[in-house]
Amino acid sequence: MTVPASINRTRPLDRARALSGFKFGDRAFYWMTRISALAVLCILGGIIISLIMGAWPAIKTFGLDFLVTRRWAPQLSPSPVLGALGPIYGTIVTSLIAMLIAVPVGIGIAIFLTEFCPPVIRRPVGVAIELLAGIPSIIYGMWGFFVLAPFMTDHVMPTVIATFQHVPVLNVIFAGPPSYLSLFNASLVLAIMILPFITAISRDVFQTVPPMLKESAYGLGCTTWEVVKNVVIPFTRAGVIGGIMLALGRALGETMAVTFIIGNSFQISGSIFAPGTTISAAIASEFAEADGVHMSALILLGLLLFVLTFIVLAAARLMLARLQEKQGK
Amino acid sequence: MTDLQIKTDMSHAAAPSMGARENKLEVRNLDFFYGESKALKNINLGLATHTVTAFIGPSGCGKSTLLRILNRMYDLYPGQRATGEVLLDGQNLLDPKLDLNLLRARVGMVFQKPTPFPMTIYENIAFGIKLYENLSKSELDGRVEHALRGAALWTEVKDKLNASGLSLSGGQQQRLCIARTVAIQPEVILFDEPCSALDPISTAKVEELIDELKEKYTIAIVTHNMQQAARVSEFTAFMYLGELVEFGQTTKLFTSPEKRQTQDYITGRFG
Repeated sequence: MTVPASINRTRPLDRARALSGFKFGDRAFYWMTRISALAVLCILGGIIISLIMGAWPAIKTFGLDFLVTRRWAPQLSPSPVLGALGPIYGTIVTSLIAMLIAVPVGIGIAIFLTEFCPPVIRRPVGVAIELLAGIPSIIYGMWGFFVLAPFMTDHVMPTVIATFQHVPVLNVIFAGPPSYLSLFNASLVLAIMILPFITAISRDVFQTVPPMLKESAYGLGCTTWEVVKNVVIPFTRAGVIGGIMLALGRALGETMAVTFIIGNSFQISGSIFAPGTTISAAIASEFAEADGVHMSALILLGLLLFVLTFIVLAAARLMLARLQEKQGK
Repeated sequence: MTDLQIKTDMSHAAAPSMGARENKLEVRNLDFFYGESKALKNINLGLATHTVTAFIGPSGCGKSTLLRILNRMYDLYPGQRATGEVLLDGQNLLDPKLDLNLLRARVGMVFQKPTPFPMTIYENIAFGIKLYENLSKSELDGRVEHALRGAALWTEVKDKLNASGLSLSGGQQQRLCIARTVAIQPEVILFDEPCSALDPISTAKVEELIDELKEKYTIAIVTHNMQQAARVSEFTAFMYLGELVEFGQTTKLFTSPEKRQTQDYITGRFG
């Protein structure tokens, strides 16, 4: 029997030397990934610093009053009065209404797609949802302005206003007159825009539930609703909340579509059928002709949006941690 | 044949002959299809009340498929269908009008891998009970304890009922799943390779449990482990390529099988 020469070698193979070449590559790879990660932090820090610097004149002029002032009068001279309460209110209200509409519908679509849907239409519906996510926001804005807003204003709002005109509280929320440009129309467009995020992410995480886990719930005699409520959603809670937060983040920051149909009014009205504005819409519509402290105030608005989004994300994390605690350690 | 170890204890030897006891489940002329392909061919057998029936055979022989027909689990998936009759106490459970939730409450199932629900140990058990009964807290506590005792798990978990079911070891999780199945008081329990993910000690505990459970329940168990079939069952069915090759008392099937294929399989010549 012949022994291959390589096994029969006299000098032992220097493995350490052979590997040293890779060691350099490994090190370079380590630093590359590390620098990429650090770059994210640098960019984030840079954005915060430049926002604060840009906003500084406004912070100095208005201080904390900026947060509680309803008046927005940049044209007043010599000292304009600028307050962020209107845009903050509009941002929160539109996002809230959009979430109220999009979360149940989005999760509902995801449940239908994963639990009930015949395979024949599962793909078409899934693709349609993804296409919806790919439509540029300016198109949503135009559609909202030319199609949705007239329809709502002519057919839906008058009925709702008439229905609730004698009901306390609701007659304020749904007060007239109907307007093309309104918080509610903006919320509807927002809801449609964030729906695909919620649906696509929920569907993907619902599909990660092991079939055997679902079968064992069915095996106890659960109905589909009970399986979804008690097994699928608890199992995927973190992912679903992640999707909702992503959607909320988009709703808070969405600019073009909202700017088109919200009316850009800094007035705060109790009615959701009245025009309003959001932080991003205010920035977009005024940035071009702003200067001095007005410009600085707009940058401060941007900083506020940043803080608002951060608070929302932190709250989501906290909520998730609480839920996990409740579920058992 | 001699190298196959078969533990033949007295209870097996004393098992009554087939047909002496009434059958809880009766399978007649059963065919099963995954889409176009036929997975089960004309299966006929009966599961005697309060006995353990084991299903053995090489992978893909249809034994798990057969088990999943007995609680209509296949119904969750489009394209799968069964023809023939499966009678549970004389009622055909292949009837499309049958209430599946009720059927599955009567025919419980334990799976290959432990599948605790993402909730606390207590809730894992209470969940199933609450589907059917509206009990007070103390009654529910009692039922949960009873079920956990029934699955020989109570002493291990009684101090951490509020911990997640996922925090238990694999063997404990599997007994939790058995407790969960027992808690809703089914009549038949199906075990689909319940020990395939467990270590030998946990396996022994689960087997012991199955032996106790047959006092109250009719049990069907699918297993890859022939020794396990020999240890826990009174009756064994050997399946091959979607056909029921041989069905009879476990002692007889393992010591003097009638069919050549059965003998080849149990002596390890194939499969």
